[in-house]
Amino acid sequence: MIEVKNISKAFNGNVVLKNVSVEFYPGKVNFIIGRSGSGKSVLTKCIVGLMEVDQGEIIFDNRNFTKLDRWDRKDIRQEMGMLFQGSALFSSLTVEENVMFPLQMFSKMSKSEMLDRTNFCLKRVNLEGKNKLYPSETSGGMQKRIGIARAIAMNPKYLFCDEPNSGLDPQTAIVIDNLIKEITYEYGSTTVVVSHDMNSVIEIGDHINFINQGELWWRGDKREILHSDNEELSKFVFPSHFMQEIRENLKG
Amino acid sequence: MTKLYINIGKYCLLLVNVFTKPEKGKIYRKLIIQEIDKIGLQSLGIVGLLSLFMGAVVTLQTAANIDSGWIPRWTIGFTTRQTMILEFSSTIVCLILSGKVGGNISSEIGTMRITEQIDAMDIMGINSASYLILPKIIAAMFIFPFLVIISMFLGIGAGALVGTSSGVISLTDYEYGLQYYFELFQVSYTLIKTVVFAFIITSVSAYHGYYTHGGPREVGESSTRAVVYSMVLILISNYVLTQLLLL
Repeated sequence: MIEVKNISKAFNGNVVLKNVSVEFYPGKVNFIIGRSGSGKSVLTKCIVGLMEVDQGEIIFDNRNFTKLDRWDRKDIRQEMGMLFQGSALFSSLTVEENVMFPLQMFSKMSKSEMLDRTNFCLKRVNLEGKNKLYPSETSGGMQKRIGIARAIAMNPKYLFCDEPNSGLDPQTAIVIDNLIKEITYEYGSTTVVVSHDMNSVIEIGDHINFINQGELWWRGDKREILHSDNEELSKFVFPSHFMQEIRENLKG
Repeated sequence: MTKLYINIGKYCLLLVNVFTKPEKGKIYRKLIIQEIDKIGLQSLGIVGLLSLFMGAVVTLQTAANIDSGWIPRWTIGFTTRQTMILEFSSTIVCLILSGKVGGNISSEIGTMRITEQIDAMDIMGINSASYLILPKIIAAMFIFPFLVIISMFLGIGAGALVGTSSGVISLTDYEYGLQYYFELFQVSYTLIKTVVFAFIITSVSAYHGYYTHGGPREVGESSTRAVVYSMVLILISNYVLTQLLLL
């Protein structure tokens, strides 16, 4: 479980996160949703330690991440996997080398064991036989799947996905969503997905946290989100007249 | 001025991260070998070409400027040797390499930064500064002296070839000039300078790449800054080292 307690973050006096407290549960797909610029990416970067919080605490299974120095954070970091918005694959490495990278750096496996694990991860994301391709030779959807394979290579306890569907067609997006959901249930990992794609939220979201103007505005599950009276949330979930009509029908 | 101090502070902090104990020595050794090839061996062509032509031109220009009968012809060989060993093969070659190697390092690391590849490493728990920069620094400090030695031989050799074939000097005179008042320490001095320049080129360029923010335009700007700052620091350190080591 990841507990975020009263964190705040500002850049040059511009407050981006205001006293945000939120929990992310193991074995569940936890969503952070919100408009562009609402602070959800900053929140994620603070949780994974790419940014330092100004105040507050982030606790990974009773381990206070904010109070640890860089060296002590290493243990927790090795339990994290992250899928980036742009996949962030190492362009100079092949698909196989990308997936094998964390294993080479941290595991004590032999080369053949690492290769077996890499092939297992690639098979898990339906990319068998693509080992020798370079990221530039693969499609956007494949790059996301390679990113997932790399993220799960070390059996992560915590899986973070930043806008996993951005730039993908709806069908490929559903494939990626299902993959995230399956992996979460399979590994029992605490998965945190940052997104503004409502299809994903409705499809795979177990717990949803709505961030607005740097504050946690609403939390609940995907059924509650459809019936919520929170005005800002409704504007976000049902942005067009057409969607609002659907909502009225749902209510009716 | 405050910005300068901030940059110096950030540069020093980056170096502290770079020189911390590597995660896996075996992987770093492999990376160093790759960097020796990329930074050093792939620069052989440009270094060789420059040195050949500079050695030839220095020889011809010295010959053209000696119009007094009081100045012996062997001075041509002596001047070519001193020019190549003391300045050209170290300082000028490193200035050229700061453009080729420094620009490359800065844009490579800068692109990794803006495409979140460095963030990916940090999240995995890898010391990205050390992983990306340390092999480049070690590789450059190791291979640049070899490039400089090759440059010296090529320049002096080209001078001999052009000087004798154009008839401005005999091979005997040229050889006499090369050997005249030769001090081995001058070679040591130039190699010491080269190692310092190699450190400046790689660390300064890596610093500018590592702290790139934004998009492709900023990567280009970082590369330009990396080359300019490297060149300025090479020139300043060249002066300081000459003052310290030769006088």
